[in-house]
Amino acid sequence: MSHYFWIFFSAMLVNNFTLVMFLGLCSFIGVTAKVSVAFRLGIADTFVLLITSISASVLNKWVLVHAPYLRIIAFILVIASMVQITEMAVKKWSPTLFRELGIYLPLITTNCAILALAIFQTNRGYGFLEGVTFAFGAGAGLILALSLMASVRERLELADIPSVARGTALVLFVAGGLSLAFMGFSGLMTAQ
Amino acid sequence: MHDLDSLTAVPSGPSTAPPLEDFLKGLWKENPVFAQMLGMCPTMAITNSVMNAIAMGLATTFVLFGSGVFVSIFRKRIANEVRITTFILIIAAFVQIADMGLEATMPVSHKALGPFIALIVANCLLLARQESFAARNNVWRSALDALGMGIGFTLGLCVVGSVREILGQGSWLGIRVMPATFEPWVIMNLPPGGFFSFGFVLLGLAWWNERKSRRASLRIPVALPDTRPLFEQAV
Repeated sequence: MSHYFWIFFSAMLVNNFTLVMFLGLCSFIGVTAKVSVAFRLGIADTFVLLITSISASVLNKWVLVHAPYLRIIAFILVIASMVQITEMAVKKWSPTLFRELGIYLPLITTNCAILALAIFQTNRGYGFLEGVTFAFGAGAGLILALSLMASVRERLELADIPSVARGTALVLFVAGGLSLAFMGFSGLMTAQ
Repeated sequence: MHDLDSLTAVPSGPSTAPPLEDFLKGLWKENPVFAQMLGMCPTMAITNSVMNAIAMGLATTFVLFGSGVFVSIFRKRIANEVRITTFILIIAAFVQIADMGLEATMPVSHKALGPFIALIVANCLLLARQESFAARNNVWRSALDALGMGIGFTLGLCVVGSVREILGQGSWLGIRVMPATFEPWVIMNLPPGGFFSFGFVLLGLAWWNERKSRRASLRIPVALPDTRPLFEQAV
């Protein structure tokens, strides 16, 4: 049980996909202007991560043993179809969210966090359950990072910032600060 | 941030600029790192040394070039409805070649870059170039564009990599450049250093651009020749 616990918290905090491993930065910087939207994008990401992890387990077990050179192609194909399904689901269940996420919903395909999950899972030799735990941890980490960033940015809207620093540069400095805070979690692994 | 215009509002026809411009625009005016801000993940993840930045830049250039030429050759045959999926598959095939080629020829670099070679597939720069350029232009122009963008990307990575390596390790490309008394800033090697150094580079660029536009808007007339008669000038 503690094995799964560590997989979850390692993916969520110690090796946070966005703040420590620089994965999925495009949406991290593009969609974090409002907390509600950022949070729901995190949920959509988690959903895709979960399905990708399951598909990657199946592919690893049945297909890629015979054809390891197809790895990247197979993963990206699965991810693209899963994102398409998610897009259709979101469009049906929540048209508002569909409009708010805009281009960033189909862009989950090129969100490196998703592909990285499949690759890490393969490299570390995770089984089905370990993979699902890993996906939940990574998803929780994405939700956390996106919501934290959006909360800070909502406050910054009211701050008096020199016009030069407004925009992406400021977002990167805030991200650097958050990343610095997350470095503190690396102590958790020594406790293990 | 994605420059969304480059992904959504793509030009409708082939490029009409002179061929040299197709190559040069990637170096500065539409530089993938500084102007379009595409592919930020590798920009920050693997720039802790200049060597990694060069290896990553060259691998990306190879994939850009290969997939650009390929997409451009088959651009009339790819059905519009499935074009994105087709582009991604072509890119993935070239990334797989780059991954296996690098593993065979440069195992050290391959190990240092880790999963980020495979993650070139998910670099938005590649899809953006296929969609906005290679799918609308002939092979020759697409190759030039891909080379320009690839070299521009490599240069961008090297700038961020230089800042991080000089401050974080006191060296540049493995050669010591800082005085012996210099205490390396460990933070530059750690993840926050990636955010901070790219932030500083962007801040410098924003300052430069603002200064340039302010100067252009002021337009102070400088040292006009004095046309008054000589006796008035003396006063």
